[in-house]
Amino acid sequence: MVRDVTLGQYFPGKSLIHRLDPRAKIILLIAYLVIIFCTFNYLSLAVVALFTAFCVAFSGVPAKFYLKSLKVIFVIVIITSVINMFYGTGDPIFEWGIIKITVNGINRAVFVTVRIICLILASSCLTFTTSPTDLTDAIERLMKPLNKIHFPVHEIAMMMSLALRFVPTLLEETDKIMQAQKARGADMDSGNLFQRIKALVPILIPLFVSAFRRAYELATAMECRCYRGGVGRTRMKSIHMKKLDAFAFTATALVIGGVVLCNIFLPAAL
Amino acid sequence: MSKILELKNLSFVYGQGTPFEKCAVSNVDLSIEKGELIGIIGHTGSGKSTLVQLLNGLIRPTSGQVILDGEDIWKNPKEIRKIRFKVGMVFQYPEYQLFEETVYKDIAFGPANMGKSGNELHDAVIKAAEFTGLDREILSKSPFDLSGGEKRRAAIAGVMAMDPEVLVLDEPTAGLDPMGRDVLLSQIVQYHRKRKNTVLLVSHSMEDIARVADRIMVMNSSKLVMFDETKKIFSHSRELEKYGLRVPQITKIMLKLKEKGYDVSDGVLTVDSALSQIYSLLNREGKIW
Repeated sequence: MVRDVTLGQYFPGKSLIHRLDPRAKIILLIAYLVIIFCTFNYLSLAVVALFTAFCVAFSGVPAKFYLKSLKVIFVIVIITSVINMFYGTGDPIFEWGIIKITVNGINRAVFVTVRIICLILASSCLTFTTSPTDLTDAIERLMKPLNKIHFPVHEIAMMMSLALRFVPTLLEETDKIMQAQKARGADMDSGNLFQRIKALVPILIPLFVSAFRRAYELATAMECRCYRGGVGRTRMKSIHMKKLDAFAFTATALVIGGVVLCNIFLPAAL
Repeated sequence: MSKILELKNLSFVYGQGTPFEKCAVSNVDLSIEKGELIGIIGHTGSGKSTLVQLLNGLIRPTSGQVILDGEDIWKNPKEIRKIRFKVGMVFQYPEYQLFEETVYKDIAFGPANMGKSGNELHDAVIKAAEFTGLDREILSKSPFDLSGGEKRRAAIAGVMAMDPEVLVLDEPTAGLDPMGRDVLLSQIVQYHRKRKNTVLLVSHSMEDIARVADRIMVMNSSKLVMFDETKKIFSHSRELEKYGLRVPQITKIMLKLKEKGYDVSDGVLTVDSALSQIYSLLNREGKIW
């Protein structure tokens, strides 16, 4: 069913990672994503992989859900690593026609695989442990400086949180409409591509109609409560950096330092 | 009479293996005869809606069986579509499933999926529209131009047009005005009498259920707690209140009279029958006001 999508799903909890400030989590994730692609030898790759494992282990989310989010990109990982294997430089250790495999190529394949897996695990870790409202709150706060150049930060953040808020609602709605049409004998699981696309019409039309209806209702409800944009608006929950966040920053800084040192003192594998 | 629907030890659990795991139906055992009109009551979240979705195979039971006409509906999962034509299902607020250009085409969606065409299809649509009291001229309109009540009736006609052996209606009268409720309810009863098929009616309105149902299922926190004739169910007003339900007002009045020692029967369900009982009571006692 549509409800089984795990990407971007929030799992309530009280783990170390859950308790971090969402702003800290976003900044750290960005720093981390940069450093993944700055690993050039196996030791630094191992440091990054270990750090990822550490975050995943301390997030308190069952490993099953991480595996589920990896399943989605499984094919991409396989394809990119295989392609990378054939594009290595240096002396071939295996040659057959135009296909040449070199040590460098194998190294590339391993790096690409580990990098993509770490990337997905770390981003899933963020979305699993941070509620959508916290996430958009954090993004709004981080983008605040852009207000100076008249970038509508609050409006964008509000649109994002509304969109996120309606994802489960629309999924549920889709489910309901699908059930209703299936009850009238709609056949969505067989036929060729064209027939399958046609079978979506009875679901998409009611879904669009109800999405527009909800949008109008929501706009009216917001206006009734005197919503007028971000100016002078205060928050119910304000977020503050704590000792735990300082600790997380230090840990990430150490990992970055470690990767840089490895890169300087050890030969590159790529 | 023969059994049309049998549930054996039926259970359903939502989101098994996630933090959101929730048991919605547990160990339901019952059987329904052909041609009965069954009412299903229970407060919000008691598992009524999940139970009815299990009946036509929209969701697969976690354990237990649904037996339709002597056969387990999940015996051959590839043929599950056929079950859906036998057990017609009208969801809550069915007007949100309308999608075609005209009401006629929308009503025809179900029977056309069954493989009907030509005159057969036309007959099915026209008959269903008659049962729900839709005028001919409405049939050529866009479903999005109708009033709320008309949309509701068009959606119900879309399921009736498949001529199912069992028709399940989940709160068909919710959100309609009092007049619309009465009309729709009597149309459903008419349909039931003419086609002589089995109807299951989920409702929050005890008055509606009391008026039309032969037997009543009472659901409470995912379990089937009572299943008996309408009169018997509504003579247990204390028990029903425990489940967050109540008996119809008129039934309550008659139960109070009985408590005070007057000779009236249990489980009076309509104002008319209450009236005749009170008249005969007054005659017997020889009191005129």
